[in-house]
Amino acid sequence: MDLQTTIYLFVGASFALYIGIAIWARAGSTSEFYAAGGSVPPVMNGMATAADWMSAASFISMAGLIANMGYGGGLFLMGWTGGYVLLAMLLAPYLRKFGKFTVPQFIGDRFYSQHASTVAVVCLLTASLTYIIGQMTGVGVAFSRFLGVSSDMGIYIGMAIVFAYAVFGGMKGITYTQVAQYCVLIAAYIIPAIFISLQLTGNPIPQLGLGSTMSGSDISLLAKLDQVVVDLGFGKYTTTTAGSTLNMFVYTMSLMIGTAGLPHVIMRFFTVPSVAAARSSAGWALVFIAALYTTAPAVAAMAKLNLHSTVNTAVMKGGDLFAAESSIKAEGRPDWMKRWEKTGLLKFEDKNGDGRIQYYNDKTKNADVKAKADAAGWKGNELTVNADIIVLANPEIALLPNWVIALVAAGGLAAALSTAAGLLMAISAAVSHDLVKGVFNPDISEKNELLAGKISMAVAIVVAGYLGLNPPGFAAGTVALAFGIAASSLFPAIMMGIFSKKMNKEGAMAGMLAGLFVTLFYVFAHKGIFFIKGTDFLPLIGGANSFFGITPEAFGAVGALVNFIVAFAVDKVTKEPPEHIQHMVEAVRIPRGSKLVDGAH
Amino acid sequence: MDDASKGYWSATLGLLGKILVVWFLVSFGAGILFAEQLNGIKLGGYPLGFWFAHQGSMYIFIALIFYYAKAMGDIDRRFDVHED
Repeated sequence: MDLQTTIYLFVGASFALYIGIAIWARAGSTSEFYAAGGSVPPVMNGMATAADWMSAASFISMAGLIANMGYGGGLFLMGWTGGYVLLAMLLAPYLRKFGKFTVPQFIGDRFYSQHASTVAVVCLLTASLTYIIGQMTGVGVAFSRFLGVSSDMGIYIGMAIVFAYAVFGGMKGITYTQVAQYCVLIAAYIIPAIFISLQLTGNPIPQLGLGSTMSGSDISLLAKLDQVVVDLGFGKYTTTTAGSTLNMFVYTMSLMIGTAGLPHVIMRFFTVPSVAAARSSAGWALVFIAALYTTAPAVAAMAKLNLHSTVNTAVMKGGDLFAAESSIKAEGRPDWMKRWEKTGLLKFEDKNGDGRIQYYNDKTKNADVKAKADAAGWKGNELTVNADIIVLANPEIALLPNWVIALVAAGGLAAALSTAAGLLMAISAAVSHDLVKGVFNPDISEKNELLAGKISMAVAIVVAGYLGLNPPGFAAGTVALAFGIAASSLFPAIMMGIFSKKMNKEGAMAGMLAGLFVTLFYVFAHKGIFFIKGTDFLPLIGGANSFFGITPEAFGAVGALVNFIVAFAVDKVTKEPPEHIQHMVEAVRIPRGSKLVDGAH
Repeated sequence: MDDASKGYWSATLGLLGKILVVWFLVSFGAGILFAEQLNGIKLGGYPLGFWFAHQGSMYIFIALIFYYAKAMGDIDRRFDVHED
């Protein structure tokens, strides 16, 4: 069977599975639609959370980013997992005890103010919409690469599939589909990693292989990689940081706080049956996430080494990397390179006209490497590699069978679809529950609210699809923005609502707005107002990364700090929250008396 | 707020404080601030600071959450506020 047919078969089977689950798990009440009836066991909820969380970016791009960044890439690994510790201890159990459907509803009730709830809805919609643009483009890219259809066609197919299970199944349908999607994506990620780890180190467990010695030698894999990349003029793999140490610190913190504050993740903890289940479920979520996240650095380092050894034979055999015959002949390059060149993800250009491929860092500051490259007649780096190649072409680089490649295709699509569905759920709940029921029509019947939920889900899918098809020029910067907003507005507001009994509505609202404003101001200064080209105002803040060298992506933690400070300052000079609110906070803090999530006001 | 619920809340905050200290030390401490010094120590083929950033902190995060879930359950029962 040829590769394309195998891919169609695997992807088709996985789609049939998702739709089958959707038909089985239709939602008949608002409780099922928003919170899966509050009856999802903690382990299964953990699995669904993991699929919800791990997007096309985690699946396809993260290992490549780490491969490029080396040690500094650890900020994604720590940032995107450490947030679950905060979520498990500071937010999830208390929000579960509170027993409502959405994050804005908690903020509105706790801060006894419809305005606070509306501010939260705006933050939630901005964070989720910016996040989903990236997912929809990811869906399009995944479909076009794996199925050979156009990217636009890919988005239409993706919309149709998500429509089928999200609109009819709501949170219930999404949850059970995500469990299936998790199984597909994790198998697709780990199986090639096992093969490649076996080949390089003889150890089938990638997490151990990364710390092992190379097969048939006594040099460790990481030491070998360090040596090769340094010799070719790149930064040392195990020590290169992301900017300054301070920037790496703040970036990691921003990702952690942002993760804990992302509404589509928080919402998942409304689906478990009890407070105790919410606590352990966060642990299970992290187990399932870590299965991929601890494999990713192994994939990154091993694929990077494989790539170097593919184009330079001296990498594995030893000898002079700069000898003429070490660089492989362009004609003899492997088929997978030719295949990926067609997609533009891999580019080869014979700058010195010797018919061989030289892959090195031509901008190196290492004078020794420069001298050697010049002496060898190298005229610049000849191979450009997109970060996504590390995962996408990994099975081909390691010469694995076709079914593994097909599995990776199904896995990438599962990752993109599951995250898109989770985000759509958060958006439609905010619209139908917090806006339609909360603001415009509080007396709406349950049946009509369910209908409103389904309609807003359908509209959200169409809007997301439209944005995916016509990405506003700023698509690239948007995920960072989503994290910045979640970190600087939602996380501090929820946390203070639980941990400070005296925090009042004035403090909370001033804090949210201040945190949001500062973060947006810094991001827009770099990337333009609402990402419109030419409206950036860097000179005003004194140049790029002017705030202690912190990059705009890393700024959410600073925004969160501003939020806390402003909130407590305003709280001090305005009057205490009413008595019944303080009692409510006391009640939220203890597990006894938890009931099924019902969303009643 | 009565004494029992005050005791419950301070026991909770004490537990959170302890866990957050470990959470901070393994990631921001060992993984970032002291990574360079720790890299002098080897864990198999891993330089230790690199290991904390790329592997170790994640394993410890998992252990922290399950420890938290268990210890919180104990505190709930001690102060008799657990779910039925």
